[in-house]
Amino acid sequence: MKVTGAQAIIKALEIENVTHIFGYPGAAICPFYNALLDSNIKHILTRHEQGAAHAANGYARVTGKTGVCVATSGPGATNLITGIATAYMDSIPIVAITGQVPTNLIGRDVFQEADITGATAPFCKHNYLVKNVEDLPRILKEAFHIASSGRPGPVLIDVPIDVQNSELHFKYPEEIDIRGYKPTYKGHPLQIKRIAEAIEKAKFPVICAGGGIISGKARDELMELVIKCNIPVVTTLMGIGSIPTDHEMCLGMLGSHGSYFANYAIHNADLIIIMGARVGDRAMASANKIAEKASIIHIDIDPAEIGKNIDVEIPVVGDVKSILQDLLQVVKKGDTDEWLEKIRKVRQEHTAKRKGTDEDIDQDGAVKPKFLLKMLSKMMEDDDAVITTEVGQNQIWAANNLTIRKPGKFITSGGMGTMGYGLPAAVGAKVGCPNTRVITISGDGSFQMSLQELGTIKQHKLGIKIVILNNSRLGMVRELQKMKYCSRYSHVSLEDNPDFVKLAYAYGINGERITKNFEVEDALKRMLSDDKAYLLDCVVDPEEPTL
Amino acid sequence: MAKHILSVLVENHAGVLSRVAGLFSRRGFNIDSLAVGITENPEVSRMTIVVDGDEYTVEQVSKQLNKLINVIRVKKLEAQDSVRRELALIKVNASASTRSEIIQIVEIFRAKIVDVSKNTLTIEVSGDEEKVGALEDMLKQFGIKEIVRTGLIALERGNRHIKANNNDEE
Repeated sequence: MKVTGAQAIIKALEIENVTHIFGYPGAAICPFYNALLDSNIKHILTRHEQGAAHAANGYARVTGKTGVCVATSGPGATNLITGIATAYMDSIPIVAITGQVPTNLIGRDVFQEADITGATAPFCKHNYLVKNVEDLPRILKEAFHIASSGRPGPVLIDVPIDVQNSELHFKYPEEIDIRGYKPTYKGHPLQIKRIAEAIEKAKFPVICAGGGIISGKARDELMELVIKCNIPVVTTLMGIGSIPTDHEMCLGMLGSHGSYFANYAIHNADLIIIMGARVGDRAMASANKIAEKASIIHIDIDPAEIGKNIDVEIPVVGDVKSILQDLLQVVKKGDTDEWLEKIRKVRQEHTAKRKGTDEDIDQDGAVKPKFLLKMLSKMMEDDDAVITTEVGQNQIWAANNLTIRKPGKFITSGGMGTMGYGLPAAVGAKVGCPNTRVITISGDGSFQMSLQELGTIKQHKLGIKIVILNNSRLGMVRELQKMKYCSRYSHVSLEDNPDFVKLAYAYGINGERITKNFEVEDALKRMLSDDKAYLLDCVVDPEEPTL
Repeated sequence: MAKHILSVLVENHAGVLSRVAGLFSRRGFNIDSLAVGITENPEVSRMTIVVDGDEYTVEQVSKQLNKLINVIRVKKLEAQDSVRRELALIKVNASASTRSEIIQIVEIFRAKIVDVSKNTLTIEVSGDEEKVGALEDMLKQFGIKEIVRTGLIALERGNRHIKANNNDEE
């Protein structure tokens, strides 16, 4: 039986077990939307295409599946770009489907035409412009395979409207063979043996766990190695949750906005084992200086990451889970007692020094974000909540002060640093895990980059909790201007912000505003008391430092 | 900076060249030349890319190229183990008094005259970059009107070759 191209896309999505998609219709994608009505796939209508891409991202990160977003041609497609680039930088599997003007009009600058395959090539793992309807099943199959295998990432499929309307005999390929795409999963045994020897010899080893541990589902293997060999762990921003943040072997996040102990460990280690991390400049600004002092082992599924930013002594390409499994077979414990004692001491001294800054805070003063986030963690000790964040001070406060015990529970835009990510990512996370509590931590600046998604939250009855750490400033930039530009504040004030609580009410969402620290506990209790969406606007002192 | 030759087998699809070229610009790599054409397999094209840079750059270029889904194989060719050629057409001013001298130079370089007009000669020359460069130098004195160069193409010497179907080489 013949089907249309649009119907073929839907059939392919069904075969790929896609149950939810995020999108925004338009003329050039109408055949797809028409066919969607005959499917059981649930569609979440976001209020902006960028929201759809971020939602697909959040959905992918909580479910482990590939997220799907859909947009029309031209502006619909270009609005997806930031979302696609965000997914690319954080290696999140999404498939983006865009409508395109008819094949015979491509290249003529007709209404709502954009060269989206050209525009997204730098941010996509791969993309397709479908010129022949017969290619659709193969392309869909390849797209899902490419997005989710190897180093995951976004794949875009651009489908002209005439291709959506043309007919084909639908046959979904069972196997695929892409000549140029054969990711390496198994680590080289000799290299794994070299890692084991290096661990055994090392006196001051440290593991740097990245997002690859989470996407590679290698949490259990990592923990086994940590406990077996007594090696402390620092995480990258994307790696938060790869080891419980309150675990005694977890030293916290490293880098310019990381913990003192994490950076201490990295700078004093004699062996650094980087796993599923790309050594970004915010994590290791002086990567090669670090490499001068320590031997570096780098495990990554993407060979292009190894040696890109840091000189590596033992490179291992492959799936981190499989490599750790192999390593656990051969590795023996080294002597790290002196090292752990040293770290323990530094931790104690540093904690003692900070005492009085974190704990004894003025309860009558403005809301202290660190206090609030610690309190939130305490209240949700037994809760399996997913936290998404925006980008800026709110993100770093959340990364350093929340207790995250499981992988996939801390969702943030690490690589791209996309403001406006957290709220739509929370939409995706809630759709993916409807029975899990989803909380998004925002700043007042980043919240305003995607606040229209309050409409999506209301329409689809998504019980998302929104915490705005509101200092009426672009806090992170302001802090930078304070430190590096002699407090010459240039356009970082958002003093005429709207009343966010009233705004939430306008969308039919409850909320409240708190201005004092003593109000935090009761307000959080009220926020967490039911499953409905809630907006908590917290007034924070603009001088409150990030670290 | 040293020049390195990369031989790259890619799927013969529309848009692949732009993906490869785009990769170079957005990663800040310098392409010295890029020549592309179909291979014995019509589904596969071969690109010969000359890259300007150190060993680190070449390694990164190779790894990033390998990441592209349409790229099948990337191999760095060593100059001493490969045959390298470039084709150039050079249009040079030629008057009655200079024509015979130019013809002599062309013969020495084993180049060919492929077009003649009252005031010009167009010369076809193939060889490695140095040879083409040397001929160009010699012709400069007459006044070069136009030059077109294909960019370097190269193949490994002897039995060794890059296969498109798997990673083995013979």
